[in-house]
Amino acid sequence: MSAETAWWKSTEAMVAGILLLAMVLIGLVNPAFWSLENLFSLARSNVVIGIMALGVLLVMISGGIDVSFPAFAAAAAYLVVRAMVDWGWSTGVLVPFLLATLLGAAMGLVNATLVWKLRMIPLIVTLGTAAMARGLLNGVVGTSNVNINKYPKSLIAFGKTDLITLTNAKGASFGLPATVLAYLGLALVIHLVLSRTMIGRSVYAYGASPEAAKRVGFKTGRTLIFVYVTAGALAGFAGLLQSSMIWMANPRDFVGWELDVIAAVVLGGASIFGGRGSVLGTMLGVFILVMIKNSLILMGIDTTWQRVVVGLMLIAAVALTALRDRKAIV
Amino acid sequence: MSDSSLTARLSRATGGATNLQLMLVCIAVLIAMSFANPRFLNAYNFESMAFFLPELGILSVAVMIAMLTGGIDLSIVGLANLAAITAGLFFQRMGGAEAGIGSVLIGIAIALSVGLLGGILNGLLISRLRITPILATLGTGQVFTGLALVLTGGPAIVGFPAAWNAIGNAKLGPIPLPFVIFIAVCLGVWLLLSRTAFGLQLMLIGTNPRAAVFAGINRARMLLYSYALTGVLAALAGIILSGRTNAAKSDYGASYLLQAVLIAVLGGTNPAGGRGNVLGVVLALISLVMLSSGFQMMRVSNHLIDFIWGAFLIGVLVLNYLLSGRRAG
Repeated sequence: MSAETAWWKSTEAMVAGILLLAMVLIGLVNPAFWSLENLFSLARSNVVIGIMALGVLLVMISGGIDVSFPAFAAAAAYLVVRAMVDWGWSTGVLVPFLLATLLGAAMGLVNATLVWKLRMIPLIVTLGTAAMARGLLNGVVGTSNVNINKYPKSLIAFGKTDLITLTNAKGASFGLPATVLAYLGLALVIHLVLSRTMIGRSVYAYGASPEAAKRVGFKTGRTLIFVYVTAGALAGFAGLLQSSMIWMANPRDFVGWELDVIAAVVLGGASIFGGRGSVLGTMLGVFILVMIKNSLILMGIDTTWQRVVVGLMLIAAVALTALRDRKAIV
Repeated sequence: MSDSSLTARLSRATGGATNLQLMLVCIAVLIAMSFANPRFLNAYNFESMAFFLPELGILSVAVMIAMLTGGIDLSIVGLANLAAITAGLFFQRMGGAEAGIGSVLIGIAIALSVGLLGGILNGLLISRLRITPILATLGTGQVFTGLALVLTGGPAIVGFPAAWNAIGNAKLGPIPLPFVIFIAVCLGVWLLLSRTAFGLQLMLIGTNPRAAVFAGINRARMLLYSYALTGVLAALAGIILSGRTNAAKSDYGASYLLQAVLIAVLGGTNPAGGRGNVLGVVLALISLVMLSSGFQMMRVSNHLIDFIWGAFLIGVLVLNYLLSGRRAG
């Protein structure tokens, strides 16, 4: 495939086409889909999974896979909130988010070191570090939730902030949460880093061929550290963001999220073999996944079907990318 | 296997976790746990381990088979539960706990067929559509778990027939029946891998897929067979698990997946394919089950035991790296 394909033949355009088609179909089944209330709630559901997907995108472009980020997100969020509650910190919003991000980055550094030094399959490394993070968190720190009555007021206020607040027909108010801006901002940053900086290009180069990347002079160790540390940092940040949006810190949160996020990134056109993937595609993939999951109820399908649907979407998406990438005999 | 430079390199890459080393680890764990717990060296404790270990052991062997071709099967736990639940729903139609031995035999056949079909689905996705095993089985695993959830609506299915529960709880003389089944599975898989053309071809596909194709091996068919076998083993583990607990639920045994992958890798299986043997997996399994059981006796929390499993996996990887003497450039 040449690099100069027309934009409408790009993966992103295809994904956007599928997205539009799905939106029209869901809207036909239930016009309530197009209500602002539903659209705002969709936007809200995109934020956390979207930020995590940006991290997974980086890992996938580099040719790896990460199943540890849900554990890291839960650990970072819970540690920060517990510290704030137990030690009575009332430090506003910036410091907690910075701490959560740093905690995530530190855990990401462990992944990076192991993947780089041991040259072990990232899946196995991250399965191990995920079990360690969750085991330590639940075994040493605790398993009890921090509920809304004890939850730091500053974080609640932050999670509640809306860009626009409207009132529906029944008189209840709904809004577009300000956290959407955090998602869009981070997406823009990752997009710029991937497309405009040397380290970003090195991620693609490493994913396409680690050996070739090394030979043209990229410091591949630095690339891997960038990838896994950023993924960890995004997970830590997203973890606390989710916690502040639901006003509760649950040390057993995010179990099973890896599948949704990986499915979204693959839907967005990234290849698990590395070297392929874009921020725009990933955002579209996240939107499709979240929209279809959330719309099952609107379409009158029982929610127990959610996992089946997500699994089928993942299989369909990877089958399509596999057909696209088919080239070698093996 | 001849000691050519390729196999020597491979064995170093996987840490040369030779069965002798594993045997020493196993004995070291046994000694350490016996010193730490006076009650560890107790017939009852070993019996309870022999009841608990087969389901995990069969899943580990299943993961090993998938890894031989350079793949992995992340859907085993979902498939195990789905198989047990399908059989459980069949028994509910046949009178629940009162269902006779004939129904139980049909139930076993149903569960194993579910495993076979699920495995064939994985195999087709991987060999025909050429989907990466990680993603294909991650997806099918969700579908299997999801179907299990749809079929049960959430709560566990309880009240299995007595003959079914015997699979998980009966004893043949002093030896638990599930352990006997496990030994039979190990012998069968060992014979299949080391004494048949099928086993040799699987190893070759994992060692060098391209060479295997040029050597005239029908790679797609081999992959299909190996994932079908993995699926059947998963269903068997599901049967034993539900027989032992007299229940089946969509989210049972979620932690088995990590443990099975860990045991397979620790047992000397190369996740990149081409290398693995049943004896290594069994030794790794016994070491880890003793470790777990010993820590449980010392009242270490289950969460910390999860941590220990994860740390053990990473520790083994680090050790392999240090032993192999390779340095990243």
